Amino acid sequence: MIGDFLWLIPAFPLAGVLVNGLLGHRLPRMLSGTVACLAVLGSAVVSVMGLLHLLQTPAGQAREIHQTLFPWISTGSFQTSVSLMLDPLSAVMACVVTGVGFLIHVYSTGYMAHDPRYHRYFTYLNLFTFAMLLLVLADNFLLMFVGWEGVGLCSYLLIGFWFQKPSAAAAGKKAFLVNRVGDFGFLLGMLFIFAVFGSLDYRVVFDKVAAEPGAITATLTAICLLLFVGATGKSAQIPLYVWLPDAMEGPTPVSALIHAATMVTAGVYMVARCSILFVNAPAALLVIAIIGAATALFAATIGLVQNDIKRVLAYSTVSQLGYMFMACGVGAFAAAIFHLMTHAFFKALLFLGAGSVIHGIHEEQDIRRMGGLMKWMPITGFTFWIGTLAIAGIPPLSGFFSKDEIIWYSLAGPMGHWAFWAVGVVTAVLTAFYMARLTFKTFHGQPRMPEEIRSKIHESPLSMTTVLTALAVGAVFAGLVNIPEAIGHRLHLPENSIAAFTHFLEPSIVEKKEAALLIANAAGNAPVGFVRPAPHVDHALELPLMGLTFVLALLSIALGASWYVRRPGTATALAARAPALYSLLLNKYYVDEIYSAIIVRPGMAFSRFLWRGVDVLIIDGLVNAVAWFFGIASRLFRVVQSGYVRGYAAGMLAGALIVIWVLSR
Amino acid sequence: MAWNAPVPFASWVMLSGVLFSIGAVGFLIRKDPIIMFMCIELMLNAGNLLFIAAARYLGIMAGQVFVFFVMAVAAAEVAVGLAIIVAIFRTKSTIDVDEMSGMRG
Amino acid sequence: MGAEQFQKHILTVITFLPLAGAALIALIPRRATTAIKAVAFAVSAATFAISVPLFFWFRTGTPGMQFTVDVPWITLLGQQAIRYSVGIDGISLFMVLLTTFLTMIAIAGSFAGIKDREREYYALMLMLETGMLGVFIALDLVLFYVFWEAMLIPMYFIIGVWGGPRRIYAAVKFFIYTMAGSLLMLVAIIAMAVMKYQATGVLTFSVQELYGLEMARGTQTLLFLAYALAFAIKVPMFPFHTWLPDAHVEAPTAGSVILAGVLLKMGTYGFLRFCIPFFPEASLAFAPVMIALGIIGIIYGALVALVQPDMKKLVAYSSVSHLGVSVLGIFVFTLQGAQGSLVQMISHGFSTGALFLLVGMIYERRHTRLIEDYGGIWAVMPKYGAIFIIITMASIGLPFLSGFVGEWLVLVGSWLANPWYAVLAATGAILSACYMLWMLQRVLQGPITRDENRALKDLNFREMVVLVPLVAGTIWLGVYPKPFLDRMEPSVDNVIRMVQTAGVSSPAAYQADAAAGEEAR
Repeated sequence: MIGDFLWLIPAFPLAGVLVNGLLGHRLPRMLSGTVACLAVLGSAVVSVMGLLHLLQTPAGQAREIHQTLFPWISTGSFQTSVSLMLDPLSAVMACVVTGVGFLIHVYSTGYMAHDPRYHRYFTYLNLFTFAMLLLVLADNFLLMFVGWEGVGLCSYLLIGFWFQKPSAAAAGKKAFLVNRVGDFGFLLGMLFIFAVFGSLDYRVVFDKVAAEPGAITATLTAICLLLFVGATGKSAQIPLYVWLPDAMEGPTPVSALIHAATMVTAGVYMVARCSILFVNAPAALLVIAIIGAATALFAATIGLVQNDIKRVLAYSTVSQLGYMFMACGVGAFAAAIFHLMTHAFFKALLFLGAGSVIHGIHEEQDIRRMGGLMKWMPITGFTFWIGTLAIAGIPPLSGFFSKDEIIWYSLAGPMGHWAFWAVGVVTAVLTAFYMARLTFKTFHGQPRMPEEIRSKIHESPLSMTTVLTALAVGAVFAGLVNIPEAIGHRLHLPENSIAAFTHFLEPSIVEKKEAALLIANAAGNAPVGFVRPAPHVDHALELPLMGLTFVLALLSIALGASWYVRRPGTATALAARAPALYSLLLNKYYVDEIYSAIIVRPGMAFSRFLWRGVDVLIIDGLVNAVAWFFGIASRLFRVVQSGYVRGYAAGMLAGALIVIWVLSR
Repeated sequence: MAWNAPVPFASWVMLSGVLFSIGAVGFLIRKDPIIMFMCIELMLNAGNLLFIAAARYLGIMAGQVFVFFVMAVAAAEVAVGLAIIVAIFRTKSTIDVDEMSGMRG
Repeated sequence: MGAEQFQKHILTVITFLPLAGAALIALIPRRATTAIKAVAFAVSAATFAISVPLFFWFRTGTPGMQFTVDVPWITLLGQQAIRYSVGIDGISLFMVLLTTFLTMIAIAGSFAGIKDREREYYALMLMLETGMLGVFIALDLVLFYVFWEAMLIPMYFIIGVWGGPRRIYAAVKFFIYTMAGSLLMLVAIIAMAVMKYQATGVLTFSVQELYGLEMARGTQTLLFLAYALAFAIKVPMFPFHTWLPDAHVEAPTAGSVILAGVLLKMGTYGFLRFCIPFFPEASLAFAPVMIALGIIGIIYGALVALVQPDMKKLVAYSSVSHLGVSVLGIFVFTLQGAQGSLVQMISHGFSTGALFLLVGMIYERRHTRLIEDYGGIWAVMPKYGAIFIIITMASIGLPFLSGFVGEWLVLVGSWLANPWYAVLAATGAILSACYMLWMLQRVLQGPITRDENRALKDLNFREMVVLVPLVAGTIWLGVYPKPFLDRMEPSVDNVIRMVQTAGVSSPAAYQADAAAGEEAR
């Protein structure tokens, strides 16, 4: 049975790591890359088989497969094992990770072809796949944490892959450290869970919570907030998002795989996985929704003015992750996972397209020195447009379905509110606009690169364009697995094809009607007064609102075309009119500078004070003072030791006389 | 007092004290190590005298045994001491004790 | 000697084999350095090889001492009071294995670094091993104290003769610091034996017979403090740690490996073996102080490590931080905490030992340990960089590497005692990543800024052989710690139970009691 082969899913990439890590420098490049790709393909095949198995399982039976490999940390009452679980949620994640991962591995064989440390790159990439699969397949929190930290390590290694560049080395370190801050929260969350539930197994914890809904709301709120701190680190949410834009120092396929499609979605996955905890802690959900919405909007505004092609995409990723968290926060966990999946396709596509551009015009990343590339790179340009339209939410591309589902639930979900809806719509408009800006400036208009480069621009090799095409297909069609009810009913589609994805996920994720009930139940005990049950929103509104977002997105794209192709210079003129705002956005609201000023520099100064002031001066000073005291004392006594025998004799005589005198008294 | 009457114990103590004092003062004020050695011998023998007198008067033989020990030690000490003096003379070409302060702390 | 006899006396064989090796080395001509190195390594490897069966012969599931030998040694007052009494339980088993393993690694790691007076050096290393092993197997307080002090002497010479420019200062500081602590312990040892004698008429220094000795509260407090000071200096706990950076910086590489890998563990081991079982009530009463010092150590050590310009000093302060975790784990008195503390000790032996070796290896090439003198050397030393990264990750507690298991268990244990302990201790995980990764960035990454570094040679075969076992140990302990945890659990549980039984009269009650005692006086 498939249950006995679950271990193969992470084992394939691990084998790839061992082969490339230990023997890679002896293998020919072809073989090294092939081994890495095959390793991921192997686990993709097993994952798909697992997914199919779950799909064939009748709805009544438990769609959950467990496999325990070996006991891990076990002492006294604390027991954990390395054991895997395949349920609809982890199956979907495993398929996304291995599927998109495989494509990106293939793409990398072309993109990294000339790198001297080719095998090292694939070692890291396979290690990443292993860790990510461990993260999604774990059946307890602690093993998830293994993957969670493991992907952080790989992210560190891959961002700093070109470590000779100081900026890359610094970015890798920053990513790891910021993630560690998040992991601190996650760690405490796990400790709290163990203290409360006596176990870290999902089944045990979730069943205990489900058995008594609303029983320990305050505790669960604390746990959920701590876990969410972890998610803000890994998934780049306010206030810990700062590492992701810098992470673009890594090779572009890495940005596509780790910093767009998979790793950064780990936080969303974790929240969805623990949905039963979160719906019993509405206050935590509210925090998540607010942070998600704020991040979505905040990052989108920064994305408007950035000039580095990858940084625009990075801020876009932060913004889209914000969407996903907003979806979680309003209680629409399935919508978040759905957007996670479609986003994996179109954002990987966009990053790889950007990589193809960078590869084609000799490592140029500044869109101010691009333009008109459609002529030279038609496949890249075409597929990039598909990605742009998908993220902008143009039907019937995948992004349309997933994003509109989130926007709808931000109004109609269990924790919905018109403010979240408004943020969702505004962000959608901004997204459409900055993506249009990026695409138009890169592929259309006048070429702005230097002459000598212009002659060398070329379309990328087949290994890269094939992957772009495959991802474009995914970006177009992935949305069809979850056609919203409003559209499905209008078009009279068969019942089992409507919202199929959401229904498939139901065993793993709290379904939204139940979520509404649980939230309403827990809200009664909630420590925060303003958490209230969902508003009633008329379903008839869904289609018109959808239309509204669509029209606004189209208008934004048109505006982009007019500003950046028809009348270039409009944007510059606008920026000149509001220089303060423009430089605020261009400098990313100065958040890095603020963090540096209030955390990093005082921390270093304090450490230096501890070392020079406390350690050397006070503590060691005291130690040396004791030694000094004895030194002084002995110097006093040594005066007596004149070295003259007669002095000593006189002393002895005097001593003897004194003794006699004392005794004879 | 008859010529063969026993000398009172106090006299022995006095004699011994005088001898010891001569030895001690000699040791302190003379510079020549040979003389100083003789002074040490004087002090040791003052002690010996007292031991023997006490043994005689108290009727305990242990005092006489001690004297043998002291004499043996004194002999050994002189042997070692003279050797040291010779060695010092070889290196320093003098045996003036005021020149010797190598043991200063 | 039959197999059964061998099994019975295996501890004695393990302990004194290095001493015999040292004697053998003394017989080899001074010039025959190859032979000296070969013999030294062979003896240490044989010691390790003989100690490995301990792991398999050790019976799990029982807290008692195993492989015990008990023969009279010195007779006092007509009683066979001082005995050669040895044995191991689940706590000391791993200390013994760690010692034999690390000594072997350290000796193999000194071949390139030690270039003069090899004969004395290797003889001292082997004598040191005997001393360390004796400390961990001794079950008689006098025997323990003899080994405890005897071990100082070779270490003193290793730092003082083969050390860096300020070696004399460092060696003397190390010696006096440790000595000052242990003299009070000697007084306490004698006091306990005397009390036992007055109570029962039996004069004994046996650790197990002195367990559960009844004594007045005030006496218990005093004796606890005497022991605790000795161990706290050894660990070293904040604020008794300042000998450590000096000793590490000046010691030769192998000295640092042994110092960090084994000697520091004697402090934490001492707490578990002596301090807590002898004085459970006083331990409970002082637990908040010890925990506070442990947590301060974690954060303080990490912060100070952050700003060190010298790699060895950085690693030394990181030891203060890591051992703080160990102390915290012991004094929260939970099974997970104490087990985590032990695992942390083993893990620290692996990772910090490897870090000192790594620092030593580039020191041998460039004769500097200043971080600023490096940069970008990963490009010329790929193997070195890879191992450095793995060990760093183990040190900062990445899951599936050894550091995580210990840290996590300590955090679980301390959360169960008081969540705030865990919250404060967990900040160490952030800070350790800060100082280690920043060092990596400045040493391994970035462009090569100094020309001398362009020609650096990557690790050679011998260096790989030295480092790979440490890496393997780190991964094993991280991925499959069950064999370790199973063996230590009953013994650790036993110690924790002693405190919990004493804790029936809670710390508060104890303090009230002590106050009443004061008034009565």
